[in-house]
Amino acid sequence: MTVLVNSETRVVVQGITGREGSFHTRAMLSYGTKILAGVTPGKGGATVEGVPVYDNVMEAVRKHPELNTSIIFVPSRFASDAVYEAIDAGLDLIVVITEGIPVHETMKFVRYAKINGVTIIGPNCPGVISPGESKVGIMPGHVFSKGRVGIVSRSGTLTYEIAYAMTKAGIGQSTCIGIGGDPVPGTSFIDALEMFREDDGTDAVVLIGEIGGDMEERAARYIVEQGYEKPVVAYVAGRTAPPGKRMGHAGAIISMGVGDAASKIKVLREVGVEVAELPSQIPSLLMKVLKK
Amino acid sequence: MKLYEYEAKNIFSQFGISVPRFKVVSTPEEARLAAEEIGGRVVVKAQVLVAGRGKAGGVKLADTPEEAYSYAKQMLGSEIKGERVGKVMITKAVDIERELYLSIIIDRSIGAPVILASPEGGVDIEELARTRPEKILKIVVDPLIGIRDYHARQAAKFLELSEQTLRKAQEATINLYRVFEYYSCELAEINPLALTPDGGLEAVDAKIILDDNALYKYPEFSSDFTRDLSYYEAEAKKMNFSYVELDGNIGILCNGAGLTMATMDSVYVLGGRPANFLDIGGGARADLVERAVTLLLQHPKTEVIFINILGGITRCDEVANGIVGALKKTGVSKKIVVRLKGTNEEEGRKILEENKIYVIEEMDEAAGKAVELGGRR
Repeated sequence: MTVLVNSETRVVVQGITGREGSFHTRAMLSYGTKILAGVTPGKGGATVEGVPVYDNVMEAVRKHPELNTSIIFVPSRFASDAVYEAIDAGLDLIVVITEGIPVHETMKFVRYAKINGVTIIGPNCPGVISPGESKVGIMPGHVFSKGRVGIVSRSGTLTYEIAYAMTKAGIGQSTCIGIGGDPVPGTSFIDALEMFREDDGTDAVVLIGEIGGDMEERAARYIVEQGYEKPVVAYVAGRTAPPGKRMGHAGAIISMGVGDAASKIKVLREVGVEVAELPSQIPSLLMKVLKK
Repeated sequence: MKLYEYEAKNIFSQFGISVPRFKVVSTPEEARLAAEEIGGRVVVKAQVLVAGRGKAGGVKLADTPEEAYSYAKQMLGSEIKGERVGKVMITKAVDIERELYLSIIIDRSIGAPVILASPEGGVDIEELARTRPEKILKIVVDPLIGIRDYHARQAAKFLELSEQTLRKAQEATINLYRVFEYYSCELAEINPLALTPDGGLEAVDAKIILDDNALYKYPEFSSDFTRDLSYYEAEAKKMNFSYVELDGNIGILCNGAGLTMATMDSVYVLGGRPANFLDIGGGARADLVERAVTLLLQHPKTEVIFINILGGITRCDEVANGIVGALKKTGVSKKIVVRLKGTNEEEGRKILEENKIYVIEEMDEAAGKAVELGGRR
């Protein structure tokens, strides 16, 4: 089993005719992802990599009622609109790859999605992959391998680095969720931990955090308060980051005394989460906790 | 992006929040004239973006226009915590009965705007949160609904005001939220909000932080997006890189924010000192890589450059060509450690090796090499 995406996932790509959209449509198709439709307003009737393009999501859903997931590559100025459209079209899962969406807009569509029971991954994220089944994202598929460890991460390339180290050590992944680097993500660490908790295909979880906000601290509280049964190992990036500086991601900033790596690491360790000093140590920590 | 106090105050008064009369000047003579025009005691305030200017001598009370002149003369052109003072504000000194606090921020934990109100303003809100958390009221606002009157009534009531001032506080709360919403603020703060002896409320200080991602909506500010950045930070930002200055000697250049942070942390864990954080993002072509490497080659404190690339949409051959290009064009030679992994790794390695730059395959080993070359702390 996996979470969020699997062989049943049927995808519509919003912004399919753009440079990013068409490039990753090709990459996802070659990974085996079932992409049934694309949407770009005004480009209805075209095809991209053999995928039919529609003017709006509603139309795509009418033609392909099996659609349940959207991935959004729409530029930041128009991305919110694309998210609302996908929510209103009745899709279950929306993966927002777009970086640079104003946080006021994100707060609103994240809230709207919640009210409508829709899951949002991102924005500003690499997407979701269940190795061997479906890739709804921009990650290089070959660094991942099928297995029984879930990954949830605020970063992109660092996730690839850690997944690659795991794969090399023979530890495969059930699902990897890149929740994104923005201050207000649609899906939080706790949401992801809950998904993995209910997934009988996941034995342990790797949590890849970074400076900014208190999502790691809240995850730690959740783990201890809920008596989380599955072992969790973690890495937190940014221990050498100075306060008040945004480290690449919109959400990676220590502000108003909140969000430094040292306190996140401390809180995670206090609840029994093994925290790696270097990304390369994740596989050995996993071996240790999985043996128990 | 942070706004200067005068910019925030201009916005506040446009939105109906009462602000003591002020003028912004850039010469001592203008300061004298402004003080004469405003009349009575004035405050001379350095317009800088760094926090804590008051303690650093950037806020002075002047009884006469001559005093305003001499304070302005002291401040203009001087540096406050490393930031040059280009403008000072001359503003009417307000009689203050009590200092209050009012702000709207984005609470990341709940993904919603939050109104913060306190009857004990004037101090740093973080400090107050630590010492007297019961003196801060936090009201969560649904981002889809926005502020309602009951929110404002709740906030105003907590400020311990007379009947007469209560209404003004409600209005100020609603107006502050309108500022927050209109300008896509990360923060809109009045601290202190002064209660005057006649029951008035005046925003004595004003702070607004705009969301960088929303800047394009505000052309009056977006052209000045590099205002609080150092030279290297500004240069990097113009090229759409993320760059942060650190105090070591090993330059860090990677693709992706998480990997860049993890790389600089690894250098630190292994005993070295990172000089900066330079994230070139995903999919950078050779010309962009070349500019990024050039930036580090020219950076005086960077002695060793550690390039760590995990190629997905970024191609290793493009990265290699960028590195070689930068070295050739600048003619500067620095110790360079390269780790390349992923898309077109072999091609990249070949290009570098032809130019006598050796590639290390694993991140830890590469970080170790960078530390060896840069020296341990």
